Amino acid sequence: MAEWIDAKPKNKAAAWLEERLPVIGLVNNVVGVDTPTPRNLNYWWNFGSLAGLMLMVQIISGIVLAMHYTPNTLMAFDSVERIMRDVNYGWLIRYMHANGASFFFIAVYIHILRGLYYGSYKAPREVLWMLGLVIFLLMMATAFMGYVLPWGQMSFWGATVITNLFSAIPVVGDSIVTLLWGGFSVDNPTLNRFFSLHYLLPFVITGVVILHIWAKKVSDSGNPLGIDVKSSADQIPFHPFYTVKDAFGAAVFFAIFALFLFYMPNALGHPDNYIPADPLVTPGSIVPEWYFLPFYAILRSITFDIGIPFTDVVIIPAKLLGVIAMFAAIIVLFFLPWLDRSKVRSGKFRPMFRWFFWFLVIDMVVLTIVGGKKPEGIWPVIGLIGTAYYFAHFLIVLPLLAKFEKTLPLPESIANPVVKAAE
Amino acid sequence: MTMKFVKNIAIALTAVAGLAGTAMGAGAAKHPMQMEWSFEGPTGTYDRASAQRGWQVYQQVCSACHSLKYFRFRNLAELGYEEDMIKAWAAEYTVIDGVDDAGDPKERKGLPQDAFPSPFPNPQAAAASNGGAVPPDLSLIAKARHDGPNYLFSLLTGYEDAPADHEAPAGKSYNPYFPGGNISMAPPLAEGIVEYEDGTAATQEQMAKDVVNFLMYVAEPKLEARHHMGLNVLLYLMILVVVLYFSMKKIWKPVKEGKNFYKK
Amino acid sequence: MSTINETIEGEEGATRRDFLHVAATGLGGVGAVMAAWPFIDQMNPAADTLALATVEVDLSAIGVGEAIKVMWQGKPIFIRHRTAKEIEEARSVDMSELVDKQSDAERVQEGRAEWLVVTGICTHLGCVPVGTSDGEDKGDFGGWFCPCHGSHYDTAGRIRKGPAPKNLAVPTYAFLNDTTLQIG
Repeated sequence: MAEWIDAKPKNKAAAWLEERLPVIGLVNNVVGVDTPTPRNLNYWWNFGSLAGLMLMVQIISGIVLAMHYTPNTLMAFDSVERIMRDVNYGWLIRYMHANGASFFFIAVYIHILRGLYYGSYKAPREVLWMLGLVIFLLMMATAFMGYVLPWGQMSFWGATVITNLFSAIPVVGDSIVTLLWGGFSVDNPTLNRFFSLHYLLPFVITGVVILHIWAKKVSDSGNPLGIDVKSSADQIPFHPFYTVKDAFGAAVFFAIFALFLFYMPNALGHPDNYIPADPLVTPGSIVPEWYFLPFYAILRSITFDIGIPFTDVVIIPAKLLGVIAMFAAIIVLFFLPWLDRSKVRSGKFRPMFRWFFWFLVIDMVVLTIVGGKKPEGIWPVIGLIGTAYYFAHFLIVLPLLAKFEKTLPLPESIANPVVKAAE
Repeated sequence: MTMKFVKNIAIALTAVAGLAGTAMGAGAAKHPMQMEWSFEGPTGTYDRASAQRGWQVYQQVCSACHSLKYFRFRNLAELGYEEDMIKAWAAEYTVIDGVDDAGDPKERKGLPQDAFPSPFPNPQAAAASNGGAVPPDLSLIAKARHDGPNYLFSLLTGYEDAPADHEAPAGKSYNPYFPGGNISMAPPLAEGIVEYEDGTAATQEQMAKDVVNFLMYVAEPKLEARHHMGLNVLLYLMILVVVLYFSMKKIWKPVKEGKNFYKK
Repeated sequence: MSTINETIEGEEGATRRDFLHVAATGLGGVGAVMAAWPFIDQMNPAADTLALATVEVDLSAIGVGEAIKVMWQGKPIFIRHRTAKEIEEARSVDMSELVDKQSDAERVQEGRAEWLVVTGICTHLGCVPVGTSDGEDKGDFGGWFCPCHGSHYDTAGRIRKGPAPKNLAVPTYAFLNDTTLQIG
């Protein structure tokens, strides 16, 4: 286990500051020389810092865009075009922000998959895991509202579809929708408040990220073997080893980001959002951005009501069931530490679990594809199967695996056999 | 089936999902002809001569019904036109600017900073003059349609007689590239409808190609700056990746050899 | 902890290794600085603002003795086509009578003394003086009058009476031809 190390800075000025506000020590203890970290972290561990970097990219580019954007239905679309054409480097900052959102989700999705594979959600990291899920939920709210701001066709109709979902809530549903809209449909009041909240939430995310890093500090980093640190031989200081590795990872990540930003900036978007919003014309197919597609697929896959069999009595209508399923898909993740009670953390030593992990990944990709299709032909059936597997994976497969899986023997320690015995 | 196989399936599916992009939903519409455009690819640039001809086509043919609200006369400078020409073109149009002392709208001659005036004062007038359909603004049309440039070229050159089993409603023309096949716009580009200033033969294909080049420029004027900056940024990042890679390997060498850093 | 410090400070034969790390850090730093520039430059005036940095005015409609107001960079500009009498009045003022000592010749262009171009913002506290349009009070000196606190400007736009400290500012302007004025 790591202890909090209090190294005194050698520099006189630094020591003066440290006595009054121990920021240097704080940084040193989280990502610095005084942060013992498992020596065996692989590249899947880069994605936490990458997600943090993308959060900063989004905040900086977003604040700058807000200097030129007007959150009024009559001027929003025009103000974005002005940014693209007239503002110095406006095109660069706008494309950075739009593609940055996608890359933020790419980093976070891989970061979550890492957590799922290596059992990062297990004791003592349950709160760390749940804070991460809170960040994910806040990200989705932020991204949803952000996409509305350009006030294109997809902005308007995406907002209309998703806000209408809340009408599925029994009794208070319609009142909630009217409250969200600030009117009788998605219109200027909606746009204005979405702008305000879109500006606010990233700072809430930042606060939760700080809690997330704090929780990680308390329980220390996990590692690919999933076993606890046994001695300091298992560890190396975060700086310079993981600082340089994170820097390398960031350079590679930004190179891929640059590929999209400069050479295919509209590949991840939808052409319909270059058409100004028209409440009288519904686009042929309303689709959210790619990172929402699996949840959109789950939402649309529930087309049956739950009622009393052989009667016309409906207890839960399909629309409400779809909404519940969509939120449940994320809520179920909060219970993961208790659904998967296997004593072995890492998938490396859980051969059966590994199969199902990859099934889950395939399932998520399939759901992403289904979410982008029109709900006709074979797609609704595939969507339903995908949704069924998703919930079965967490509610049935993982608890059963925890009970019955034969895990591989765990190694003695992280350092063994890497560290030379002679030392 | 091995683990590796399953893993590869997962990765392959992700790639397919990524490449499939915004999945083509329904669309009985014919897949657009795939042309080659000078602005395509990482080193793409605009063919200025073609874009200039396209401006002529827009001005003389399309602007009768289609507005170009995000394009300003001064933007023509980037296409290679002189300031005097631009001022002269702008001055050919009248623009409403404020009210006079009686409260009536004041008109003045266009200036370079003005946006290209719309042929209609509002969408209702536009619809009334066009059989109920509003001709869309063309400033962003090349980006507002899937595979925009190819779609626009195919549409403009793709008018044909309706097949035997297809009944085109009154006032509409048949175009297989248009979703549903019934487009309100009559074929706009008749051979020779424009006489090019540079003497190029104004075939339908030529005019379509030129106007698409122009419209792509209007939709994405910063394309060349973007490609240029992209090259510099990627070059820089490539070098940074290499330098960081070797720096990382050097730093990690003792760790890989099993060195213990916390030994007292 | 000595072994950690050894790693960071480098062991023997470290010069080449250190250079690599310094180079990497330096390269990263340079990139960060260059990346910062667009975020700063975006605050500079955008292309549409710059397009309005100059304004051309058609002078042919302004008869002798008439004046107009135009907007330039968000500010009102008075353009007066002065009569011979107004020019004479402006020229004959003694320097000692002026609060802000400027001759008429300094405030107009040679050969074009009939055209007076001044910024229509009172140098006291920023109101827009009256006197441009027909029927407006031109003040005691035949130029402009600021109703806010009673500043009087003469036919060269100079402050003669009242709290304003300076003459009406003369913007940069040029005659593109006999009938076109470019301001800015």
